[in-house]
Amino acid sequence: MGSNMAENHPVGFQWVVEAKKRGAKVIHVDPRFTRTSAIADRHVPLRAGSDIAFLGGVVNYILEHGREFREYVQAYTNARVIVSDDFRDTEDQLDDVGAAQSGEAGCRAGGKPTGLFSGFDPDSGSYDVASWQYKGMEVGASAGQREQGASVGEQAHGSHGGELDHGEAPEEDETLEHPRCVFQLLKRHYSRYTPEMVERVCGVPREAFLEVAEALCANSGRERTSAFCYAVGWTQHTTGVQYIRTAAIIQLLLGNIGRPGGGILALRGHASIQGSTDIPTLYNILPGYLPMPHAHETTNLDLYADRNSPPAGFWGNTKAYVVSMLKAWFGEAATPDNDFCFDHVPRISGDHSHYQTVMDMLDGKVEGYFIMGENPVVGSANSKAHRLGMANLKWLVVRDFTETETAAFWHDSPEIDSGETTPQDIATEVFLMPAAAHVEKDGSFTNTQRLLQWHHKAIEPPDDARSELWFMFHLGNLVRRKLAESSDPKDRPILDVTWDYPTHGSIQEPDAEKVLEEIGGWDADGQPLSDYLPLRDDGSTACGCWIYAGCYGDGVNQTARRKPGSEQTWVAPEWAWAWPMNRRIIYNRASADPEGRPWSERKKYVWWDPDEEKWTGEDVPDFTPDKPPDYVPPEDAEAQEALRGDEPFIMQADGRAWLFAPNGLTDGPFPTHYEPQESPFENALYGQQSNPARQQFLRPENPYTPSDGAPGAEVFPFVLTTYRLTEHHTAGAMSRTLPYLAELMPEFFCEVSPELAEQRGLRHGEWATIVSMRSAVEARVLVTERLEPLTVQGRVIHQVGLPYHWGRIGYSKGDAANELLSIALDPNVHIGEYKAATCDIRPGRRPRGKALNELVERYRREVNVASRERSEG
Amino acid sequence: MSADELAGGWALLKQLRGDALGLGKAARSKRSATLTPRIATADRVVKSICPYCAVGCGQRVFVKDEEVVQIEGDPDSPISRGRLCPKGSASKQLVTHEARETKVKYRAPHATEWEEIELDRAMEMIADRVIDTRERTWQHTDEDGKLLNRTLGFAHLGGATLDNEENYLIKKFFSAMGAVQIENQARI
Repeated sequence: MGSNMAENHPVGFQWVVEAKKRGAKVIHVDPRFTRTSAIADRHVPLRAGSDIAFLGGVVNYILEHGREFREYVQAYTNARVIVSDDFRDTEDQLDDVGAAQSGEAGCRAGGKPTGLFSGFDPDSGSYDVASWQYKGMEVGASAGQREQGASVGEQAHGSHGGELDHGEAPEEDETLEHPRCVFQLLKRHYSRYTPEMVERVCGVPREAFLEVAEALCANSGRERTSAFCYAVGWTQHTTGVQYIRTAAIIQLLLGNIGRPGGGILALRGHASIQGSTDIPTLYNILPGYLPMPHAHETTNLDLYADRNSPPAGFWGNTKAYVVSMLKAWFGEAATPDNDFCFDHVPRISGDHSHYQTVMDMLDGKVEGYFIMGENPVVGSANSKAHRLGMANLKWLVVRDFTETETAAFWHDSPEIDSGETTPQDIATEVFLMPAAAHVEKDGSFTNTQRLLQWHHKAIEPPDDARSELWFMFHLGNLVRRKLAESSDPKDRPILDVTWDYPTHGSIQEPDAEKVLEEIGGWDADGQPLSDYLPLRDDGSTACGCWIYAGCYGDGVNQTARRKPGSEQTWVAPEWAWAWPMNRRIIYNRASADPEGRPWSERKKYVWWDPDEEKWTGEDVPDFTPDKPPDYVPPEDAEAQEALRGDEPFIMQADGRAWLFAPNGLTDGPFPTHYEPQESPFENALYGQQSNPARQQFLRPENPYTPSDGAPGAEVFPFVLTTYRLTEHHTAGAMSRTLPYLAELMPEFFCEVSPELAEQRGLRHGEWATIVSMRSAVEARVLVTERLEPLTVQGRVIHQVGLPYHWGRIGYSKGDAANELLSIALDPNVHIGEYKAATCDIRPGRRPRGKALNELVERYRREVNVASRERSEG
Repeated sequence: MSADELAGGWALLKQLRGDALGLGKAARSKRSATLTPRIATADRVVKSICPYCAVGCGQRVFVKDEEVVQIEGDPDSPISRGRLCPKGSASKQLVTHEARETKVKYRAPHATEWEEIELDRAMEMIADRVIDTRERTWQHTDEDGKLLNRTLGFAHLGGATLDNEENYLIKKFFSAMGAVQIENQARI
């Protein structure tokens, strides 16, 4: 679901085909019929933006029919935990809060639950999670939870296993019968997600839904496992995180986590996008998912360590991880007396994410911008906001293979075409720096399976093309040289940072293996670490990214291992290196029962060997290797030692997987169906129309289309969804410039059904103009039955599909679909809703120059007139 | 003279005579008999990984006279088993295509054209600008007197085809400079 794997991860899809040949049932639930659907046993089209309703329906089906994997659920999840009496689910009427929400379009509580959990503050649009806690437990706050919410949300940090405090264990009911235990709350929360409701919300006939739900149940349990594969079709929504959470609930109920053939597999779209998260160039985390220090909450190292170290589980060692990172960064300057240079790390104090930064550019708060291998004018929502923001910068550095639309924003854009601005008006200084290709540098990519794979340099980069490694290293040297004599305390971190990487060759390329070695870390004797267990908080160890500890074990680049797959077991543990500790399936302790025996012979993976008194199996056990299944921690145990021998989820403070999330999320402990920011339908389940905690930017550069029921919604009657193609790569800078790929997929197009084509007079192969509140683009019309009209709430809805790869440069040119999209974000992770919006479509090319703006303005006026008429009427 | 030769090398006939897919002997001709694959004359083969999606297919990069002459799938990879998709198969062009920029281009404020500048000069200019911006926009503490030690004056946005080692240096150095708006495609 939420993925077109055959076209976007074609080589990975060979394994789906293999599985099918061996009897697996393949189901594709997606708005469009694609080559993935063609291979699948069943394609189930659904309305873009309605997946939680569908998945919630599956949860309801499992629970209604008692199809859960009972032993797994009882032992390994928090199903039995009793939740605080203060907690109110969305099913509990919350009229007081609902009434306070009446200012928001679409909140019509008539007969339906309002759709809010307890703790919602309508003024800030955010939740106080205090009432979501386990009963009988005092639950501490975490750094990641400050300032949750739509407008000022710092990203919540869910991976810290819940800040379950020391002290009393939560109240539990092992029979799962207690009305306030997680299991019963879950059952109640999804009780109205019936097959009929799925049909109404998603446009999926109930028979098709039931077939999918039954197939999942029938193919799960001791003897069988089922997997979910998803991609950005799930993440790119204002409820994106909760899409994944719903799948997690299903997989936990069915016992499909930590077992071979199970899991929720994120099919990520870029060579090292996983690595970019692990070693983040993200504002809210440090390497290894350590939170960035917060100005108000984690003002010193001890506070930071305390707030981020739950009493049990591997996050209990947070101080060792962060001190080791500081030692890697600041070397000898980092001492116990100065908190290991903790104050050298800048503080965050709110949302500093990509889109917020664009808003700050629009407001003239940002002077400079480095863009390395990214093309936001094509790849991010609301292209115009990005261009206007960049026009407010003093300087911009773009590093890429070619002049991208982003680098060209000052002389080639719709605003230049329309005369809104001219190059002479734009004061931004722009540097376009040529980049080295992957074969022109050494380095590692982390693939979607957490596998670090080394690519070796084959040739030198041409002329002045350089790697980002070169650029950062030499920029750092220059800055350090220019500030070398400074006694200003603010320059201390720059001078203290360890920056002595050896270089080689005539261009003085830094040695990438030395950087990898630092990432992998050293023990107290200066030897490369084999894993993260030896990390200490006393400054004796150094490690750039604790989860990568061991990638340079034994002083060998483990990521460059290339023992042929044909000479290894099916797990192929000697090909490259997976974090953490070369484990290929995480939480694999769950592949055995509480006593440590495989759930079945057929699905055995990791198990307890009573003779050897250790865990063994096909993979590196994701568990303390000699901790027996019957281990019960002593009273004073800490971190991983405080987890029992039958608690596989070792990053969680309670060792269990969370069906109910008492904290870590900004928009609810259970996933709940809300309509997208822009939707032609009302929320059939709740009074609350859209995610109440979603992040919006209400400003003239980013107008939203009214949603269903609100006046003016009918001006944009169709659902718009964006996607990728096999022959192009994201924002196109690595594909539109290649003759082969441009020839294979030469032109921007839109997919429409024959019915919609008929209704709007669109002809196959001719042009159509697609309009939103932000802009209009033109595309060739592809009339196809692949986009099937769906019946939702008794009405036929048409969806328009747009691949988003195109821009104004390259061998293959076209309008950028992202010109159309608004910036509306998931409140947990600040990721945009690119997969479901509303639009209009009309035959013919879009107007040129000023006339383009006039067209969009006409649509906006129509919305405003409707709005006025409604308020007057 | 064999039957094939009698037929004058007609591919269709050869295909009918036992090469249904037309990928074997039917595709052979006098000319093809004289050709050698580019990979046969390569000076060396370097192991690499495809730079497009996150499947992480193995690549073999064939180099001749310090130029990439071919990129193929690596059969040793247990992930890809030698296969590449259209993008991976085209990745040689990513390295060799003519539109690639190899010199630094600079656009002065309000200018209407790019100009080419030396790499060293560009690096000096960028270093000066980032230092100046940081100086102007430094935030030592907030209004409550809490330590910030940061600048919101410059930001970074990285693509997700950067290497781990590159991301590490970006995060490390920009953090040491006090920048917090360090972002990535992973957020997009």
